[in-house]
Amino acid sequence: MPPSDLADDPQAVMSADKAAVSRALNLVEDRRPEAHTRVTELLAKLKDAPKAAGGHRVGLTGPPGVGKSTLTSVLARAVRQRGRTLGVVAVDPSSIRSGGSLLGDRARMSFDPADAGLFVRSLATAGEVGGLAYAANSAMRVLAAAFDMVVVETTGVGQSEIDIVHVADTVVLVIQPGSGDVLQFLKAGIMEIPDILVVNKADHEELANRAVADLRGALQTAHAAGASSGQDASWETPIIATSATKGSGIDELIDALDGHRQHLEATLAARRRQGEVQWTLDLFSRKHGEHGVSTLGGLARLKARAERDLDGGQTPLSLCEHLSREYVAALGKTP
Amino acid sequence: MAEYGKRERDKPWIMRTYSGHSTAAASNELYRTNLAKGQTGLSVAFDLPTQTGYDADDPLARGEVGKVGVPVSHIGDMRALFDGLPLDQMNTSMTINATAVWLLSLYVAAAEDQGVDPSVLRGTTQNDIIKEYLSRGTHIFPPAASMRLITDLISYTVNDVPKWNPINICSYHLQEAGATPTQELAYALVTAIGVLDAVKATGRVPESEFGNVVGRMSFFVNAGIRFVEELCKMRAFVELWDRVTQERYGVTDPKQRRFRYGVQVNSLGLTEQQPENNMIRIVLEMLAVTLSKDARARAIQLPAWNEALGLPRPWDQQWSLRAQQILAYESDLLEYPDLFKGSEVVEAQTQHLVDSAWAEVQEVLKRGGAVEAVESGYIKQKLVESNAARLRAIENGDQIVVGVNKYVESAPSPLTENLDDAILTVDPEVDANQRAALGRWKEERDNAAVEQALAELQRVANTDENMMAASIAAAHAGVTTGEWANTLRQVWGEYRAPTGVAGATVKASGSGASADVIDRLRARLSELETRMGRRAKLLVGKPGLDGHSNGAEQIAIKARDVGFDVVYEGIRVSPEQIVASALEEGVHLIGLSILSGSHLALVPEVAERLRASGLGDVPLVVGGIIPDADAERLRHEGIAAVYTPKDFELDNIMSDLIDLVDRQHAAE
Repeated sequence: MPPSDLADDPQAVMSADKAAVSRALNLVEDRRPEAHTRVTELLAKLKDAPKAAGGHRVGLTGPPGVGKSTLTSVLARAVRQRGRTLGVVAVDPSSIRSGGSLLGDRARMSFDPADAGLFVRSLATAGEVGGLAYAANSAMRVLAAAFDMVVVETTGVGQSEIDIVHVADTVVLVIQPGSGDVLQFLKAGIMEIPDILVVNKADHEELANRAVADLRGALQTAHAAGASSGQDASWETPIIATSATKGSGIDELIDALDGHRQHLEATLAARRRQGEVQWTLDLFSRKHGEHGVSTLGGLARLKARAERDLDGGQTPLSLCEHLSREYVAALGKTP
Repeated sequence: MAEYGKRERDKPWIMRTYSGHSTAAASNELYRTNLAKGQTGLSVAFDLPTQTGYDADDPLARGEVGKVGVPVSHIGDMRALFDGLPLDQMNTSMTINATAVWLLSLYVAAAEDQGVDPSVLRGTTQNDIIKEYLSRGTHIFPPAASMRLITDLISYTVNDVPKWNPINICSYHLQEAGATPTQELAYALVTAIGVLDAVKATGRVPESEFGNVVGRMSFFVNAGIRFVEELCKMRAFVELWDRVTQERYGVTDPKQRRFRYGVQVNSLGLTEQQPENNMIRIVLEMLAVTLSKDARARAIQLPAWNEALGLPRPWDQQWSLRAQQILAYESDLLEYPDLFKGSEVVEAQTQHLVDSAWAEVQEVLKRGGAVEAVESGYIKQKLVESNAARLRAIENGDQIVVGVNKYVESAPSPLTENLDDAILTVDPEVDANQRAALGRWKEERDNAAVEQALAELQRVANTDENMMAASIAAAHAGVTTGEWANTLRQVWGEYRAPTGVAGATVKASGSGASADVIDRLRARLSELETRMGRRAKLLVGKPGLDGHSNGAEQIAIKARDVGFDVVYEGIRVSPEQIVASALEEGVHLIGLSILSGSHLALVPEVAERLRASGLGDVPLVVGGIIPDADAERLRHEGIAAVYTPKDFELDNIMSDLIDLVDRQHAAE
């Protein structure tokens, strides 16, 4: 579909018109150069949407097979029952060989097609190094302007889990009983401690209790070694046992999400800003590599620049465009 | 050996035809005709609403009523279905799973109405939910609740209806989903183990009587065209089941360890091209399950030669029945002891299957057993991979299918001269009539009694009491199939099973011409992505109640492998859901798969809803068992392409799909 003018209708997006939201998402996925300016403009207009400031952006991640899609489905129903609207971005990997992908999340979700307050979009990573889809950051911003809560669901422990920290207010790590490697990663500090830990598939009470106890132990070890949740020493990561098939633990999860959002109230703007700075730097360095970073004066300087310019009204995408042009110009000057 | 007519012949197997359509009355007439032709048992095909627990007036039942089987909504339908057929003399097989407890309750209640003591009833309820999750797709409830229904039915019949086969573990549908003989053996055995372990865990059956439970387990298998291997597979089954029952359950009575099975020979391999050849395939496949006396089927039902074209007519079913009768009564097969005992070749191949299947059984048990391996998607993924390999072999000619990828030239066939008369068409009024009849039923029954029966059903569902008594009482009270299932849905919830497609890895096409084709398709999609700004995105939808997802899964995987972004929704999605998904996902193309024959109701509805949502320009294609005249009509209504089983070359379909997206992009 061509970038149609309707895609740039921020008012319709903000009123959660599904067709408008979908077109806006098509636009942010569009990699043609002519789309970039329009994406930048659209995101700038959506930045101060009433929903965006007051809303909650949740990143849900974890290893494959722990039941994230089913959990998201159950969570979505419970959030809707509480009268809040929800947008979901489900990210799946693309095949390296073919570039194609199988986006299977909808198969595990049951939802009411007539529900205007729930919107699900699947995105493929399209070979993106970081594991999060190219458009996931922008897609989250589009949905954040339209819905009370946005959940970005990604698979994997590692890079994508780090990426998600940059876009989410609250990072939820989902594992299942017996996920030994995750425990090791946490203990060793290889993995950042999430804001909320979920032990899904807790159908057998005994196994679930043991898994929760193991996790608690791992967190203590990690804390003793000086790690803290999402760089936030004042937050104690809750550990919640859920069963997506039985529907248990879901209310506790929502309460924990609300609790964390509440906890962030004072620092939220700064946290989001920090994420945007990081995203800008990631975008730029993925595009132009170390040479790009050093040409523009090194990482620390770029970071300071990003902090300043983002305060001055730029968005990460527009700033990255800006920096790219500077880099290309600088390249022209050096022999 | 034996002089003609002198030697005592073995008793032949039970001969059945899987049948039922339109209404209980029409199906009753069909059963009477079939019995008069020498059929010795009945095999009831229920329609999809009945199998998935919906009444004819439910929106999800649209277009499905009376299509692939008979609608049975209440005890009145059950009485009509067996009108004039004394239930104490019938041997009735019911292909029913998620609602097995309910349909058996209706059967028992109808017998009681006929004055027949339930304890004398003979027959089989399929009652195998594992393969529904994996292949056939008529499941309703989550695994734990489903296993509870299965064990409730088993512990009821073992005590109260001792000659009933409470469960028919189906490896049949596993083969349809792509299982190799090894996988078919292994996954059927782990299903049986899962069920027996669950029965044991209820503590309801005393240790001393557990042998009775094991002895009532029966299986329903598939026989494909590689009939020597299939013959060995059946011998391997006998050996493995003897091992499991003895070693795992300590059953000492050899009779209770016997591998008892029925067969429907392979429908998957039946071709739309030169369909008359299917009769030869059917007969060869029947040999695999009859030649070995030591591993012979107890009951056989054969498909009809024209099943790939549409619904078979009575004459088509008669032809298949005659094939059975000629083998059983005319030939000398039943005069001999086992033909293969001591055959080095057969024994070696059997041993090979025993060993490989046993290894896979251990693998699944290591993963926690059948239910776990379903929930984790392990088994499903294995099946999807095998099926992809099978289709690829046919597509590139490694596996010859006569009339399809070899020897395709044919003189005009007198059997299919007038194609639209060569299949049965269901009266389009069936749907409305059944709805009207249901309305009358609900008006005329004692609604207070119904309320009370449903309340009791709900109470029992929340305890661990056996569901049968409350269900039989509900049957007598006039409760409907939809009411029974909805009551339990409220208690237990519904389950969407893993699709197995996302994780399935498919071997690269290797080298040569077919790899070149794939490379070209990938290059075209990459080039298209550059022009469109994003990758072409395809929505694969399965509207309606039909759960046969193999076709949709293979299209989804193939499309991913040539480079589409594919959104696959799984089975049983409504037209509303498909359109909502298309809108939210921003897809460039939609493909629908429908095998139940309800395409004329469902496809235009999806198209209409797309237009209403402003998505009228998104190309829509459909695949399924779609007669030519219907295909013509669908194309006329704006469907971009219609595919049927004869379109086995997936690469060509992919090329078409890319053309469609490209053309649409150019038009914008």
